[in-house]
Amino acid sequence: MATENKGYSWTGIILHWLVAVMVIGLFASGFWMVDLSYYSSWYRTAPFWHKSVGVLLLALMLYRLVFRLVKGAAAPLSIHSKAIQRASHLTHLTLYSLVFLIICSGYLISTADGRPIEVFGWFDLPSAGELFAEQADKAGLVHKFAAYGLIALVFLHAMAAFKHHFFDKDDTLKRMLKP
Amino acid sequence: MKRLLVAGLLTSMLAAPALQAADYEIDTQGAHAFIQFKISHLGYSWLYGRFNTFEGTFSYDAAKLTESKIQLEIDTKSIDSNHAERDKHLRSPDFLNVDKHGKATFVSTKIVPKAGADFDVVGNFTLNGVTKEVVIKATKLGEGADPWGGYRAGFAGTTSINLEDFAIKNILGPASATVHLDLTVEGIKKS
Repeated sequence: MATENKGYSWTGIILHWLVAVMVIGLFASGFWMVDLSYYSSWYRTAPFWHKSVGVLLLALMLYRLVFRLVKGAAAPLSIHSKAIQRASHLTHLTLYSLVFLIICSGYLISTADGRPIEVFGWFDLPSAGELFAEQADKAGLVHKFAAYGLIALVFLHAMAAFKHHFFDKDDTLKRMLKP
Repeated sequence: MKRLLVAGLLTSMLAAPALQAADYEIDTQGAHAFIQFKISHLGYSWLYGRFNTFEGTFSYDAAKLTESKIQLEIDTKSIDSNHAERDKHLRSPDFLNVDKHGKATFVSTKIVPKAGADFDVVGNFTLNGVTKEVVIKATKLGEGADPWGGYRAGFAGTTSINLEDFAIKNILGPASATVHLDLTVEGIKKS
């Protein structure tokens, strides 16, 4: 427990923005690539990059989670009401959970038949085999709708940050830019 | 006299299967029946796949071939091309739309004998909610007692369908407009 009002470290800030760029990029690429025509030059490469970046995001998120558990999360701003603090905490928890859910379901789609996931051509993430019936289809549904849910929540999260910055004129956004 | 009776009984027993149309259950339980397909990949090669789950019956009489019948019901969800991501795509509305059309069926309407063991099976094939008449070029492979007390008959057949005829948009390119189906069915005579 920090005694003073503990903000974000550079590590926390860099991790946050890296994850933000990757999550938005993965959503956009996923949304776009499922409708590629069979003869598009991206038909094979887009899923390859999408999966590779997804695995990289998993590594980042695991690091971020450990970092958060070891160092502790930034303390909420004391000027925020208890209700705001609780809502923010719940949003952050849901954001983390959805990111992990989407990565896991994505993994289950591509590995349903025992094939590994090729990560940037560096290494193969092995398959855990078919864990349940109709795995690719069921995991696919979860992957899609959890991604829609996540991006909606990301939007809410960003709007809330802007609201605090422009209307309440507090440090919510500023402390995520500089420690 | 006794020997004659036995001989007569044996003859009638042996002759019986050939004389009256018998009903057969297709042996999907023991997986002695296959519905496979192939489609051109880019015009350069073949892609093979199969339907893992289906069931069917036929009635067959070697002496009255034209009175034979066959019906099949295929679980379209069971499509298997040995690639989970591709199979997921094949089940989607881009192809088989299995959430809406979970079954494909074939019901024969006419048998046309050809040379030797060959014959045509004319029937209605329903796929993706569309019913079209197709002709399966079939041949009888064999029939007889099996080693476990049953009686079996086996047939093979091939047919081709155009994806667009069954309201499946061909997004795979001009070389892949046609799917070739290859069926082998072995029936166990119902007692």
